[in-house]
Amino acid sequence: MSYTLSHEQLSEIEEILQHNLIDLGVHCVFLIDMAGNIIANHDNGESSHDIYSLAALAAGNFGAVTAMAKIIGEGEFSLLFHKGEKENIHFSKILSDYLLITIFGNDISLGFLRLKVADVVEKTNKILGSFDAE
Amino acid sequence: MAFINMKKKEVQVKVVYYGPGRGGKTSNLEYIYKKFRERIQTEMITVKTHGDRTLFFDFLPFDIGKINGYDVKIQLYTVPGQVKYNATRRLVLRGVDGIVFVADSMVIRKDKNILSIKNLEENLTDYKKSISKIPLVIQYNKIDLAEQGIPVLSFEEMEKDLNSVLKAPSFSASAITGVNVVQTMKKIIAMTIASIKQELK
Repeated sequence: MSYTLSHEQLSEIEEILQHNLIDLGVHCVFLIDMAGNIIANHDNGESSHDIYSLAALAAGNFGAVTAMAKIIGEGEFSLLFHKGEKENIHFSKILSDYLLITIFGNDISLGFLRLKVADVVEKTNKILGSFDAE
Repeated sequence: MAFINMKKKEVQVKVVYYGPGRGGKTSNLEYIYKKFRERIQTEMITVKTHGDRTLFFDFLPFDIGKINGYDVKIQLYTVPGQVKYNATRRLVLRGVDGIVFVADSMVIRKDKNILSIKNLEENLTDYKKSISKIPLVIQYNKIDLAEQGIPVLSFEEMEKDLNSVLKAPSFSASAITGVNVVQTMKKIIAMTIASIKQELK
């Protein structure tokens, strides 16, 4: 089964990512599905990460953590955060099939980022909510 | 489940190499990576244990160029073959568009091949997919071992064991020497793209 989003829907999502996250100082952001496909991505122009590999690993990582959550009696962990020395990664689930991944430096506080991500999730929900990937 | 990006004119397709442990799934991807090194922009990702066995998956993105004006990005994955890693195998299968089943031609692996293809069928059922409907190519790997005097199953016997009902396209192959590795990949890509085109009609 394949699925698609219209040109308008993708533009709208990219605008949300740009306005709410990249303009804030986030280095790179991408929206993926749980199969590891990239739906939309944006960066600050200085970031050169291999996003296709990152997406595949992020989907796998999120799936593994969800399986761990189930073992300890949680339905899922809807939010994940990995802290590095210079770069940090934040994962947030959108609906049942999508994942928003944000890569940011230490100049942005985690609390502020979470607030902004929550805002993006809510806005993106409305666009993606019209259909479910799987 | 392929994602079609109408804005970027790009299609992302997920192909998974499945099969019993030590059957040569990773070797298939390694051969492809080596063979098409100049066309593959990124490194092959591999999540291994210390014993060099696949723990989670290998991942190799492969651009095959344009089809009907769309850039087609094939994402090749392998699963961990060992029986105990079924949870991770199921995770990797999520959203799969096409499958290569890599069987091990060694006589001693006969039962493991049969168990693994049954396990594939069960895991696909979990995602409401049918092994008889999804694009599938079967590869009988390690035929090179016959030259070293190691007993291997005949093509006919493996067809009877694994492909008598499915009737999927199948190849005898050697992932180490490269025999039929590219042909297997080309076949699954052609079948998967045809299946996506059919859906879009």
